[in-house]
Amino acid sequence: MKSDIELIDANGKRLDGRTNDQLRDVKIEAGVLHRADGSCYLEWGGNKVVVAVYGPREAIPRHTQDPLRAIVNARYNMAAFSVDDRKRPGPDRRSREISKVISEALEKVVLIDLYPRAAIDVNIEILDAEAGTRCAGLTAAGVALADAGIPMKDIPVGCAAGKIGAETKDGKVSGGHVVLDLGKEEDNFGDADLPIAISPRTDEILLLQMDGHLTVEEFNKAMELAMKGCHDVSKLQKDALINKYAADVEEVE
Amino acid sequence: MTKSTREIVIPSQYLGETSEFKAGRGTLIDHGKIYAKILGVLNKHPPYVNVVPLKGRYDPVEGDTIIGFVEQAMSSSWLADINAPYPALLHVSEVPWRVDFGETEKYLNTGDTIMAKILSVDVERKLNITLKDRNLYKIQGGHIITVGPSKVPRIIGKKGSMINLLKKYTRCRIFVGKNGRIWIDGEDLQVSNAVQAIRLIERESISYGLTDKVEELLKSLS
Repeated sequence: MKSDIELIDANGKRLDGRTNDQLRDVKIEAGVLHRADGSCYLEWGGNKVVVAVYGPREAIPRHTQDPLRAIVNARYNMAAFSVDDRKRPGPDRRSREISKVISEALEKVVLIDLYPRAAIDVNIEILDAEAGTRCAGLTAAGVALADAGIPMKDIPVGCAAGKIGAETKDGKVSGGHVVLDLGKEEDNFGDADLPIAISPRTDEILLLQMDGHLTVEEFNKAMELAMKGCHDVSKLQKDALINKYAADVEEVE
Repeated sequence: MTKSTREIVIPSQYLGETSEFKAGRGTLIDHGKIYAKILGVLNKHPPYVNVVPLKGRYDPVEGDTIIGFVEQAMSSSWLADINAPYPALLHVSEVPWRVDFGETEKYLNTGDTIMAKILSVDVERKLNITLKDRNLYKIQGGHIITVGPSKVPRIIGKKGSMINLLKKYTRCRIFVGKNGRIWIDGEDLQVSNAVQAIRLIERESISYGLTDKVEELLKSLS
Protein backbone atom coordinates (compact mmCIF):
# COMPACT_ATOMS: atom_id res chain seq x y z
CA MET A 1 0.00 0.00 0.00
CA LYS A 2 1.45 3.38 -0.96
CA SER A 3 0.27 6.88 -0.34
CA ASP A 4 1.36 10.42 -1.03
CA ILE A 5 2.06 11.16 2.62
CA GLU A 6 5.69 11.99 3.23
CA LEU A 7 6.54 9.83 6.21
CA ILE A 8 9.93 11.40 6.80
CA ASP A 9 11.12 14.83 5.69
CA ALA A 10 14.49 16.01 4.38
CA ASN A 11 15.70 16.82 7.90
CA GLY A 12 14.96 13.32 9.14
CA LYS A 13 11.88 14.44 11.10
CA ARG A 14 9.02 11.96 11.13
CA LEU A 15 5.28 12.62 10.95
CA ASP A 16 4.91 12.88 14.72
CA GLY A 17 8.10 14.93 15.04
CA ARG A 18 10.36 12.13 16.20
CA THR A 19 13.85 11.49 14.89
CA ASN A 20 14.71 8.13 13.34
CA ASP A 21 16.00 6.60 16.57
CA GLN A 22 13.41 7.97 18.97
CA LEU A 23 10.78 5.92 20.81
CA ARG A 24 7.24 7.01 21.47
CA ASP A 25 6.44 7.83 25.11
CA VAL A 26 6.19 4.70 27.24
CA LYS A 27 4.41 4.60 30.60
CA ILE A 28 4.31 1.45 32.69
CA GLU A 29 2.49 0.69 35.93
CA ALA A 30 2.70 -2.63 37.77
CA GLY A 31 0.11 -4.26 40.01
CA VAL A 32 -3.04 -2.51 38.83
CA LEU A 33 -5.56 -5.37 39.22
CA HIS A 34 -6.55 -6.86 42.57
CA ARG A 35 -8.01 -10.19 41.51
CA ALA A 36 -5.10 -11.29 39.34
CA ASP A 37 -1.88 -12.73 40.76
CA GLY A 38 0.07 -10.16 38.80
CA SER A 39 -0.82 -7.34 36.45
CA CYS A 40 0.49 -4.41 34.46
CA TYR A 41 -0.91 -1.41 32.61
CA LEU A 42 1.18 0.00 29.81
CA GLU A 43 0.86 2.96 27.46
CA TRP A 44 3.17 3.07 24.48
CA GLY A 45 2.36 6.06 22.30
CA GLY A 46 -1.31 5.53 21.50
CA ASN A 47 -1.32 1.90 22.58
CA LYS A 48 -3.03 1.02 25.84
CA VAL A 49 -2.56 -2.48 27.19
CA VAL A 50 -3.64 -4.29 30.35
CA VAL A 51 -2.10 -7.64 31.22
CA ALA A 52 -3.29 -10.03 33.95
CA VAL A 53 -1.29 -13.08 35.02
CA TYR A 54 -2.75 -16.09 36.84
CA GLY A 55 -0.86 -19.06 38.16
CA PRO A 56 1.07 -21.22 38.23
CA ARG A 57 -1.97 -23.44 38.59
CA GLU A 58 -2.95 -26.88 37.40
CA ALA A 59 -3.27 -26.93 33.62
CA ILE A 60 -6.79 -27.59 32.40
CA PRO A 61 -7.73 -29.44 30.17
CA ARG A 62 -5.50 -32.19 31.43
CA HIS A 63 -4.12 -33.28 28.06
CA THR A 64 -2.36 -29.93 27.72
CA GLN A 65 -0.25 -30.66 30.81
CA ASP A 66 3.41 -31.39 30.37
CA PRO A 67 4.75 -33.76 33.06
CA LEU A 68 8.15 -32.07 32.98
CA ARG A 69 7.39 -28.39 32.84
CA ALA A 70 4.77 -25.67 33.01
CA ILE A 71 3.03 -24.29 29.96
CA VAL A 72 2.61 -20.59 29.36
CA ASN A 73 -0.74 -19.64 27.85
CA ALA A 74 -0.62 -16.11 26.54
CA ARG A 75 -3.92 -14.86 25.19
CA TYR A 76 -3.68 -11.73 23.10
CA ASN A 77 -7.02 -10.05 22.59
CA MET A 78 -7.96 -6.77 20.98
CA ALA A 79 -10.97 -4.95 22.36
CA ALA A 80 -13.74 -4.22 19.86
CA PHE A 81 -13.19 -0.51 20.43
CA SER A 82 -9.39 -0.59 20.08
CA VAL A 83 -9.34 0.31 16.37
CA ASP A 84 -11.01 2.88 14.10
CA ASP A 85 -13.68 0.54 12.76
CA ARG A 86 -15.18 -1.79 15.31
CA LYS A 87 -13.16 -4.99 15.45
CA ARG A 88 -15.24 -8.15 15.45
CA PRO A 89 -14.67 -9.53 18.95
CA GLY A 90 -13.05 -12.87 19.60
CA PRO A 91 -9.92 -14.64 18.47
CA ASP A 92 -9.00 -14.40 14.81
CA ARG A 93 -6.05 -15.55 12.76
CA ARG A 94 -3.94 -12.57 13.63
CA SER A 95 -4.52 -12.67 17.38
CA ARG A 96 -3.96 -16.41 17.49
CA GLU A 97 -0.62 -16.00 15.81
CA ILE A 98 0.41 -13.26 18.20
CA SER A 99 -0.75 -15.31 21.20
CA LYS A 100 1.41 -18.17 20.00
CA VAL A 101 4.58 -16.18 19.39
CA ILE A 102 4.22 -14.35 22.71
CA SER A 103 3.64 -17.64 24.59
CA GLU A 104 6.79 -19.05 23.07
CA ALA A 105 8.80 -15.95 23.87
CA LEU A 106 7.65 -15.99 27.51
CA GLU A 107 8.38 -19.71 27.91
CA LYS A 108 12.02 -18.94 27.20
CA VAL A 109 12.38 -16.64 30.22
CA VAL A 110 10.02 -18.16 32.80
CA LEU A 111 11.59 -20.98 34.83
CA ILE A 112 8.99 -23.44 33.62
CA ASP A 113 10.73 -26.60 34.83
CA LEU A 114 9.98 -25.58 38.43
CA TYR A 115 6.26 -26.18 37.91
CA PRO A 116 5.60 -29.46 36.13
CA ARG A 117 1.99 -30.00 34.98
CA ALA A 118 1.08 -26.40 35.69
CA ALA A 119 -0.12 -23.57 33.50
CA ILE A 120 0.65 -19.88 33.70
CA ASP A 121 -2.09 -17.84 32.08
CA VAL A 122 -1.21 -14.45 30.65
CA ASN A 123 -4.16 -12.40 29.42
CA ILE A 124 -3.16 -9.50 27.22
CA GLU A 125 -5.95 -7.03 26.49
CA ILE A 126 -5.35 -4.34 23.91
CA LEU A 127 -7.64 -1.45 24.85
CA ASP A 128 -6.32 1.00 22.29
CA ALA A 129 -4.18 0.14 19.30
CA GLU A 130 -1.72 2.28 17.37
CA ALA A 131 0.91 0.03 15.75
CA GLY A 132 3.30 -2.15 17.71
CA THR A 133 0.73 -3.84 19.95
CA ARG A 134 2.53 -7.17 20.01
CA CYS A 135 5.68 -5.56 21.38
CA ALA A 136 3.65 -3.48 23.82
CA GLY A 137 1.71 -6.58 24.92
CA LEU A 138 4.85 -8.65 25.43
CA THR A 139 6.57 -5.85 27.34
CA ALA A 140 3.57 -5.51 29.65
CA ALA A 141 3.38 -9.29 30.04
CA GLY A 142 6.99 -9.32 31.25
CA VAL A 143 6.20 -6.82 33.99
CA ALA A 144 3.00 -8.63 34.98
CA LEU A 145 4.82 -11.97 35.28
CA ALA A 146 7.43 -10.44 37.56
CA ASP A 147 4.63 -8.77 39.53
CA ALA A 148 2.97 -12.17 40.00
CA GLY A 149 6.12 -13.42 41.76
CA ILE A 150 6.82 -16.00 39.10
CA PRO A 151 10.47 -17.12 38.97
CA MET A 152 12.08 -16.03 35.74
CA LYS A 153 15.51 -15.65 34.21
CA ASP A 154 14.86 -12.19 32.89
CA ILE A 155 12.12 -9.67 32.18
CA PRO A 156 11.43 -9.91 28.45
CA VAL A 157 10.99 -6.75 26.45
CA GLY A 158 9.85 -6.06 22.89
CA CYS A 159 10.39 -3.24 20.45
CA ALA A 160 10.10 -2.76 16.70
CA ALA A 161 12.12 -1.08 14.01
CA GLY A 162 11.24 -0.62 10.35
CA LYS A 163 11.82 1.15 7.10
CA ILE A 164 9.87 4.10 5.75
CA GLY A 165 10.00 6.54 2.85
CA ALA A 166 11.37 4.30 0.08
CA GLU A 167 10.50 5.09 -3.53
CA THR A 168 9.45 2.57 -6.13
CA LYS A 169 10.22 3.25 -9.80
CA ASP A 170 9.77 0.62 -12.53
CA GLY A 171 9.62 -2.09 -9.90
CA LYS A 172 12.90 -1.00 -8.32
CA VAL A 173 12.96 0.16 -4.70
CA SER A 174 15.38 2.88 -3.73
CA GLY A 175 16.09 5.07 -0.73
CA GLY A 176 14.20 4.82 2.52
CA HIS A 177 15.12 5.32 6.14
CA VAL A 178 15.50 2.72 8.84
CA VAL A 179 13.64 4.01 11.89
CA LEU A 180 12.80 2.89 15.42
CA ASP A 181 9.32 2.08 16.70
CA LEU A 182 6.90 2.62 13.81
CA GLY A 183 3.82 4.75 14.41
CA LYS A 184 0.41 4.08 12.89
CA GLU A 185 0.91 5.75 9.50
CA GLU A 186 4.46 4.48 9.28
CA ASP A 187 3.23 0.95 9.87
CA ASN A 188 0.40 1.23 7.34
CA PHE A 189 2.29 3.02 4.58
CA GLY A 190 5.90 2.12 5.38
CA ASP A 191 8.05 -0.46 3.62
CA ALA A 192 9.03 -2.89 6.37
CA ASP A 193 8.35 -3.65 10.02
CA LEU A 194 10.65 -5.72 12.24
CA PRO A 195 9.26 -6.42 15.71
CA ILE A 196 11.67 -8.19 18.05
CA ALA A 197 11.68 -9.25 21.68
CA ILE A 198 14.82 -9.89 23.68
CA SER A 199 16.02 -10.97 27.07
CA PRO A 200 17.90 -7.77 27.96
CA ARG A 201 20.38 -9.35 30.36
CA THR A 202 21.82 -11.68 27.74
CA ASP A 203 20.57 -10.08 24.50
CA GLU A 204 19.04 -13.40 23.45
CA ILE A 205 16.32 -13.03 20.86
CA LEU A 206 12.92 -14.34 21.97
CA LEU A 207 10.81 -13.17 19.05
CA LEU A 208 11.66 -11.92 15.61
CA GLN A 209 9.17 -11.27 12.87
CA MET A 210 9.33 -9.20 9.75
CA ASP A 211 6.97 -8.01 7.08
CA GLY A 212 8.13 -6.09 4.02
CA HIS A 213 11.57 -6.19 2.48
CA LEU A 214 14.93 -5.12 3.88
CA THR A 215 18.42 -5.53 2.50
CA VAL A 216 20.99 -7.20 4.73
CA GLU A 217 22.48 -3.82 5.69
CA GLU A 218 19.07 -2.38 6.45
CA PHE A 219 18.16 -5.45 8.46
CA ASN A 220 21.31 -5.17 10.56
CA LYS A 221 20.68 -1.48 11.11
CA ALA A 222 17.08 -2.16 12.11
CA MET A 223 18.14 -4.91 14.52
CA GLU A 224 20.64 -2.59 16.13
CA LEU A 225 18.02 0.14 16.55
CA ALA A 226 15.40 -2.26 17.91
CA MET A 227 17.90 -3.73 20.39
CA LYS A 228 18.65 -0.24 21.66
CA GLY A 229 14.94 0.48 21.92
CA CYS A 230 14.43 -2.73 23.89
CA HIS A 231 17.11 -1.77 26.39
CA ASP A 232 15.55 1.67 26.87
CA VAL A 233 12.11 0.18 27.50
CA SER A 234 13.64 -2.45 29.78
CA LYS A 235 14.82 0.32 32.11
CA LEU A 236 11.27 1.66 32.30
CA GLN A 237 9.95 -1.83 33.11
CA LYS A 238 12.37 -2.20 35.99
CA ASP A 239 11.61 1.28 37.29
CA ALA A 240 7.90 0.50 37.23
CA LEU A 241 8.37 -2.62 39.37
CA ILE A 242 10.77 -1.01 41.81
CA ASN A 243 8.62 2.12 42.16
CA LYS A 244 5.53 0.07 42.91
CA TYR A 245 7.12 -1.88 45.74
CA ALA A 246 9.78 0.54 46.98
CA ALA A 247 6.91 2.94 47.68
CA ASP A 248 5.52 0.36 50.11
CA VAL A 249 8.78 0.30 52.04
CA GLU A 250 9.21 4.03 52.32
CA GLU A 251 5.62 4.76 53.26
CA VAL A 252 5.77 2.70 56.39
CA GLU A 253 9.25 3.52 57.60
CA MET B 1 22.21 -9.39 59.34
CA THR B 2 22.55 -5.77 58.41
CA LYS B 3 19.32 -3.95 58.99
CA SER B 4 19.75 -1.18 56.46
CA THR B 5 19.58 -3.42 53.41
CA ARG B 6 15.90 -3.89 52.89
CA GLU B 7 16.10 -3.44 49.18
CA ILE B 8 13.54 -4.50 46.60
CA VAL B 9 15.03 -6.63 43.84
CA ILE B 10 13.46 -7.70 40.57
CA PRO B 11 14.11 -10.76 38.39
CA SER B 12 17.42 -10.59 36.49
CA GLN B 13 18.90 -8.08 38.92
CA TYR B 14 22.62 -8.66 39.50
CA LEU B 15 23.38 -9.59 43.11
CA GLY B 16 27.05 -10.59 43.17
CA GLU B 17 29.72 -13.06 42.13
CA THR B 18 29.69 -16.72 43.08
CA SER B 19 33.27 -16.30 44.32
CA GLU B 20 32.01 -13.80 46.88
CA PHE B 21 28.58 -15.15 47.88
CA LYS B 22 26.63 -18.35 47.89
CA ALA B 23 23.40 -18.27 45.92
CA GLY B 24 20.51 -18.81 48.31
CA ARG B 25 16.75 -18.95 47.84
CA GLY B 26 15.18 -16.92 45.06
CA THR B 27 18.39 -16.60 43.09
CA LEU B 28 19.93 -18.18 40.03
CA ILE B 29 23.49 -18.55 38.80
CA ASP B 30 24.52 -17.74 35.26
CA HIS B 31 28.18 -17.76 34.21
CA GLY B 32 29.49 -17.29 37.75
CA LYS B 33 27.18 -14.40 38.51
CA ILE B 34 24.23 -14.44 40.88
CA TYR B 35 20.92 -12.91 39.78
CA ALA B 36 17.52 -12.61 41.43
CA LYS B 37 14.87 -14.82 39.88
CA ILE B 38 11.82 -13.45 41.68
CA LEU B 39 10.45 -10.14 42.81
CA GLY B 40 11.32 -9.80 46.47
CA VAL B 41 13.33 -8.29 49.26
CA LEU B 42 17.09 -8.73 49.26
CA ASN B 43 18.46 -10.49 52.31
CA LYS B 44 22.24 -10.73 52.54
CA HIS B 45 23.12 -13.29 55.15
CA PRO B 46 26.83 -13.95 54.54
CA PRO B 47 27.88 -16.10 52.85
CA TYR B 48 24.37 -16.48 51.45
CA VAL B 49 22.45 -14.02 49.39
CA ASN B 50 18.71 -14.67 49.41
CA VAL B 51 15.66 -13.08 47.88
CA VAL B 52 12.57 -13.30 50.09
CA PRO B 53 9.51 -13.34 47.83
CA LEU B 54 6.96 -10.53 48.04
CA LYS B 55 4.25 -12.29 46.09
CA GLY B 56 3.55 -15.64 44.55
CA ARG B 57 1.90 -18.98 45.19
CA TYR B 58 2.53 -21.27 48.12
CA ASP B 59 5.48 -23.57 47.49
CA PRO B 60 4.70 -26.82 49.31
CA VAL B 61 7.44 -28.21 51.56
CA GLU B 62 7.36 -31.59 53.30
CA GLY B 63 6.28 -31.27 56.91
CA ASP B 64 4.44 -27.94 56.59
CA THR B 65 1.14 -27.66 58.41
CA ILE B 66 -1.46 -26.18 56.09
CA ILE B 67 -5.17 -25.49 55.88
CA GLY B 68 -6.92 -27.11 52.94
CA PHE B 69 -10.40 -27.19 51.46
CA VAL B 70 -11.69 -30.57 50.34
CA GLU B 71 -12.49 -30.35 46.65
CA GLN B 72 -13.58 -33.83 45.81
CA ALA B 73 -14.17 -37.16 47.56
CA MET B 74 -13.13 -40.20 45.54
CA SER B 75 -13.61 -43.84 46.44
CA SER B 76 -10.40 -44.19 48.40
CA SER B 77 -9.04 -40.69 48.68
CA TRP B 78 -9.85 -36.99 48.72
CA LEU B 79 -8.48 -34.06 46.74
CA ALA B 80 -7.83 -30.84 48.63
CA ASP B 81 -7.07 -27.33 47.50
CA ILE B 82 -4.12 -26.07 49.54
CA ASN B 83 -3.38 -22.87 47.62
CA ALA B 84 -0.46 -24.54 45.82
CA PRO B 85 -0.24 -24.88 42.04
CA TYR B 86 -1.60 -28.42 42.38
CA PRO B 87 -4.37 -30.11 44.36
CA ALA B 88 -3.18 -32.36 47.18
CA LEU B 89 -4.13 -36.01 47.62
CA LEU B 90 -5.34 -37.29 50.97
CA HIS B 91 -5.50 -41.08 51.00
CA VAL B 92 -7.83 -43.02 53.35
CA SER B 93 -4.80 -44.60 55.01
CA GLU B 94 -3.72 -41.11 56.08
CA VAL B 95 -6.80 -40.24 58.12
CA PRO B 96 -7.40 -41.21 61.75
CA TRP B 97 -10.71 -42.94 60.93
CA ARG B 98 -11.36 -46.41 59.52
CA VAL B 99 -13.00 -45.62 56.19
CA ASP B 100 -14.65 -48.36 54.16
CA PHE B 101 -14.12 -48.34 50.41
CA GLY B 102 -16.51 -45.91 48.75
CA GLU B 103 -17.61 -44.35 52.02
CA THR B 104 -15.19 -41.42 52.01
CA GLU B 105 -18.04 -38.92 51.75
CA LYS B 106 -19.26 -39.87 55.22
CA TYR B 107 -16.10 -38.43 56.76
CA LEU B 108 -15.02 -35.56 54.56
CA ASN B 109 -16.93 -33.98 51.73
CA THR B 110 -16.60 -31.15 49.25
CA GLY B 111 -16.34 -27.84 51.07
CA ASP B 112 -14.98 -29.21 54.34
CA THR B 113 -11.89 -27.58 55.79
CA ILE B 114 -8.99 -29.54 57.15
CA MET B 115 -5.85 -28.81 59.06
CA ALA B 116 -3.34 -31.13 57.46
CA LYS B 117 0.36 -31.76 57.09
CA ILE B 118 2.28 -32.23 53.89
CA LEU B 119 3.43 -35.82 53.80
CA SER B 120 5.45 -35.80 50.61
CA VAL B 121 6.24 -33.80 47.51
CA ASP B 122 7.67 -35.92 44.71
CA VAL B 123 9.74 -34.95 41.66
CA GLU B 124 6.61 -34.54 39.61
CA ARG B 125 5.36 -32.23 42.37
CA LYS B 126 2.54 -34.62 43.21
CA LEU B 127 1.38 -33.73 46.71
CA ASN B 128 0.30 -36.06 49.49
CA ILE B 129 -1.09 -34.78 52.74
CA THR B 130 -1.96 -36.48 56.00
CA LEU B 131 -4.32 -36.02 58.94
CA LYS B 132 -2.50 -38.57 61.08
CA ASP B 133 -0.66 -36.45 63.58
CA ARG B 134 -1.28 -34.39 66.67
CA ASN B 135 -3.25 -31.21 66.07
CA LEU B 136 -4.46 -32.27 62.66
CA TYR B 137 -8.22 -32.45 62.27
CA LYS B 138 -11.27 -31.42 60.36
CA ILE B 139 -12.00 -27.79 61.21
CA GLN B 140 -15.45 -26.93 62.49
CA GLY B 141 -16.55 -23.37 63.18
CA GLY B 142 -14.40 -20.26 63.11
CA HIS B 143 -13.34 -18.08 60.20
CA ILE B 144 -10.77 -18.55 57.49
CA ILE B 145 -8.91 -15.69 55.86
CA THR B 146 -6.26 -15.89 53.18
CA VAL B 147 -3.04 -13.89 52.99
CA GLY B 148 -0.03 -14.13 50.71
CA PRO B 149 2.07 -17.16 51.73
CA SER B 150 5.13 -14.90 51.80
CA LYS B 151 3.57 -12.92 54.70
CA VAL B 152 3.21 -15.95 56.98
CA PRO B 153 6.59 -15.54 58.74
CA ARG B 154 5.69 -11.93 59.58
CA ILE B 155 2.31 -12.92 61.01
CA ILE B 156 3.96 -15.46 63.26
CA GLY B 157 6.83 -13.13 64.14
CA LYS B 158 10.15 -13.94 65.75
CA LYS B 159 9.59 -16.98 67.95
CA GLY B 160 5.86 -16.40 67.65
CA SER B 161 5.93 -12.87 69.07
CA MET B 162 3.36 -11.47 66.66
CA ILE B 163 0.90 -14.33 66.85
CA ASN B 164 1.10 -14.38 70.64
CA LEU B 165 0.36 -10.67 70.67
CA LEU B 166 -2.72 -11.26 68.54
CA LYS B 167 -3.88 -14.09 70.75
CA LYS B 168 -3.29 -12.09 73.93
CA TYR B 169 -5.28 -9.05 72.85
CA THR B 170 -8.13 -10.72 70.96
CA ARG B 171 -8.45 -13.87 73.07
CA CYS B 172 -9.11 -15.74 69.83
CA ARG B 173 -7.84 -19.13 68.87
CA ILE B 174 -5.68 -18.51 65.82
CA PHE B 175 -3.89 -20.96 63.62
CA VAL B 176 -1.71 -19.88 60.72
CA GLY B 177 -1.21 -22.42 57.93
CA LYS B 178 2.04 -22.21 56.01
CA ASN B 179 0.03 -21.83 52.81
CA GLY B 180 -1.31 -18.45 53.87
CA ARG B 181 -4.70 -19.55 55.20
CA ILE B 182 -5.47 -18.45 58.72
CA TRP B 183 -8.13 -19.92 60.95
CA ILE B 184 -9.54 -17.68 63.67
CA ASP B 185 -12.17 -18.61 66.25
CA GLY B 186 -13.53 -16.44 69.01
CA GLU B 187 -16.10 -13.73 69.68
CA ASP B 188 -17.29 -12.00 66.52
CA LEU B 189 -15.96 -8.58 67.49
CA GLN B 190 -12.62 -9.99 68.57
CA VAL B 191 -12.33 -11.95 65.33
CA SER B 192 -12.89 -8.80 63.32
CA ASN B 193 -10.18 -7.05 65.36
CA ALA B 194 -7.77 -9.89 64.70
CA VAL B 195 -8.55 -9.73 60.97
CA GLN B 196 -7.89 -5.99 60.98
CA ALA B 197 -4.54 -6.55 62.65
CA ILE B 198 -3.60 -9.29 60.20
CA ARG B 199 -4.49 -7.06 57.27
CA LEU B 200 -2.19 -4.40 58.73
CA ILE B 201 0.64 -6.92 58.96
CA GLU B 202 -0.01 -8.05 55.40
CA ARG B 203 -0.02 -4.51 54.06
CA GLU B 204 3.10 -3.35 55.88
CA SER B 205 4.96 -6.64 56.04
CA ILE B 206 8.28 -5.13 55.00
CA SER B 207 8.40 -2.29 57.51
CA TYR B 208 10.36 -2.08 60.73
CA GLY B 209 8.81 -1.92 64.19
CA LEU B 210 5.70 -3.68 63.01
CA THR B 211 5.07 -5.49 66.28
CA ASP B 212 4.73 -2.17 68.12
CA LYS B 213 2.39 -0.83 65.47
CA VAL B 214 0.17 -3.90 65.71
CA GLU B 215 0.13 -3.67 69.49
CA GLU B 216 -0.97 -0.05 69.20
CA LEU B 217 -3.79 -0.99 66.85
CA LEU B 218 -4.96 -3.82 69.06
CA LYS B 219 -4.91 -1.57 72.13
CA SER B 220 -7.01 1.04 70.37
CA LEU B 221 -9.50 -1.58 69.27
CA SER B 222 -10.03 -3.27 72.60
